[in-house]
Amino acid sequence: MERAELDGGVVSADVSAGVAAGRGAVSRRRAVGVLVLRRIALAVPVLLVVACGVFLLGAASPFDPIHQYYGENVFTASDQQLDRTRDELGLDDPIVVRFGHWLGGIVTGDLGTSRVFHQPVADVLAERLPWTLLLAGTGIVVAALLALVLGVVTAWRQGGLLDRIVTAVGQGMEGLPSFVVAFAAIGVFSLGLGWLPVAGVTDGDADATFAQVAEHLVLPALVLGVSQAPWLVLHLRQSLLTALADDHVIGARARGLPERLVVTGHALPTALLPFLNVLGTRVPELVTGAVLVETVFSWPGAASAMVEAGLAVDYPLLAVLALLATVAVLLGSLLADIATVVTDPRVRADG
Amino acid sequence: MAEREIVAGAIGQWRQAARTRAGTPRGGAGGRARLRLGVGAGLLGVLVLAAIVVPWLWPASEQLFDYTQVRLPPSGEHVFGTDQAGRDLFVRTLAGLRVSLLVAAICAVGAITLGTAVGAVAGFLGGWPDRVLMRLLDTVNAVPHLLLGIVIVALYRGSLTAVIVSIVVTHWTTVARIVRAEVLSLRRRPFVDAAISGGATRGHILRRHILPAVAGQAALSAVLVLPHAVWHETALSFLGLGLPPHLASIGNILSDARSELLLGGWWNVAFPSVLLVLTTLATAGIAATLRDRLVPRRRSELAL
Repeated sequence: MERAELDGGVVSADVSAGVAAGRGAVSRRRAVGVLVLRRIALAVPVLLVVACGVFLLGAASPFDPIHQYYGENVFTASDQQLDRTRDELGLDDPIVVRFGHWLGGIVTGDLGTSRVFHQPVADVLAERLPWTLLLAGTGIVVAALLALVLGVVTAWRQGGLLDRIVTAVGQGMEGLPSFVVAFAAIGVFSLGLGWLPVAGVTDGDADATFAQVAEHLVLPALVLGVSQAPWLVLHLRQSLLTALADDHVIGARARGLPERLVVTGHALPTALLPFLNVLGTRVPELVTGAVLVETVFSWPGAASAMVEAGLAVDYPLLAVLALLATVAVLLGSLLADIATVVTDPRVRADG
Repeated sequence: MAEREIVAGAIGQWRQAARTRAGTPRGGAGGRARLRLGVGAGLLGVLVLAAIVVPWLWPASEQLFDYTQVRLPPSGEHVFGTDQAGRDLFVRTLAGLRVSLLVAAICAVGAITLGTAVGAVAGFLGGWPDRVLMRLLDTVNAVPHLLLGIVIVALYRGSLTAVIVSIVVTHWTTVARIVRAEVLSLRRRPFVDAAISGGATRGHILRRHILPAVAGQAALSAVLVLPHAVWHETALSFLGLGLPPHLASIGNILSDARSELLLGGWWNVAFPSVLLVLTTLATAGIAATLRDRLVPRRRSELAL
């Protein structure tokens, strides 16, 4: 009886908090707007510096673009021809002019032409980015689900057998490069058991139907998810352990609430706030993982295009992809902060 | 009976909560930490010794082609088997480990030199130099490190220097952050005030009072950087953008091994991977233990 009253009190307190949140919804939306604007203002100089750095690296590189433009014909072409092409491409302009030209092109949407794929960089991106987004999206969902399940179970039964196994494996896997995981997965599931295909998005020239793509997505997405998961699992476990020691959780226990409700209803929401934030700041690792996993599985995405562009010194594509990855990282941290502002009533604005 | 169990459980949980707050999440962490340090150091010692001694004493070189011995599975004669060119994978893997460790060590030294310099200057000067340097650090961290490495190595390909530079450029930020935080707390200490009132110049204080005091932290952060550097070099070499092929690093070996795995040669992948993982685990274990020991407050603050 008493317990029911107490819980009723908690519920009514929650309701009044909800009403307050409803009143605060407008200011909350404004807070998000201010946050987005501030972040964009901060992102512009970062992107400019990255663009400048990448451009200077390219300008100081010993590779001469004229050699790539001509291929082996560079040896038979006359000096006049070479000079004329240099003139047309603007290769002899002062470096500031070239940088301005290149940056202007990127801002206005003219990303240049990829030399390795023999098509405009924008087309390469349009073709390959969806595949990378599919793989990375599935990978992060797999990682988050693994982290939720394992993190909750291990924190709940801290010191138990499963906890010790998961913690040890998790700490061990942090030192494990994702391509080693990929090799193990190929060895077991493709070559050993013959369940799943080794590479690509379809069998040979088959059409990219849903079934085909799904079958080919399983292994790379699982590998990407599993190799991203350990850090997330350990992080969620740790923040859940801290949350379990909080006053409100001890209060919930003291009221005799069932253990399941205490963990999932009272401790987990507190622990999920930092987890949400962490998920957004893991974009660099996700991009890195995508590069390695796409390469192992010959996945035709933008991340493996980065490797091909690197191998062929395809400067326009390299630079655009590096900038794009930076945008993804900044976007990830922005989304994490928005999620925090939206879900955490204590956070008022950008800190 | 059942009630007593519940009470005992609750007390256990409260005790746990108290420990978590006090910053010692687990009782008896000292013994475990000592064990982790011992195992890590022992393992790393054995691996380093093997990487130095074996390629040196082994009768065949790691680059020796032998087309009569192609793609042999592990046996008494070839402990790790042979690859597609008949090279003995045992000696090749250990030679690769030597290259990987050497490159990582050079990179770690480079990264702590650059990181300490930047961190010390930023922390000591404060004001706008600090803000500019920290924004630069954030900018470097905003580009995924492997991608920045790919750009650098691709544009200056085929040289060991490019790989080393690419690792140093992406790894100094960790050191700089640690050193800056340390310098920020040091410059408020009485001995710095004493030096200032004694008429010492800023350069002198930085050289004689601040840098020696952060040297320990900087050296520790080198251990933290080491496993990352091994990982980074291996990943670049694996993608074909790392060390030149004549240097057999673990990454180069694994790069060749992918096609061999598809032909059934699991040993091409398995043994180099295991050695790589053991190496990074050993260094990471040492780093974690040293961090807990040298920076005790960090355990309770970060609790990671």
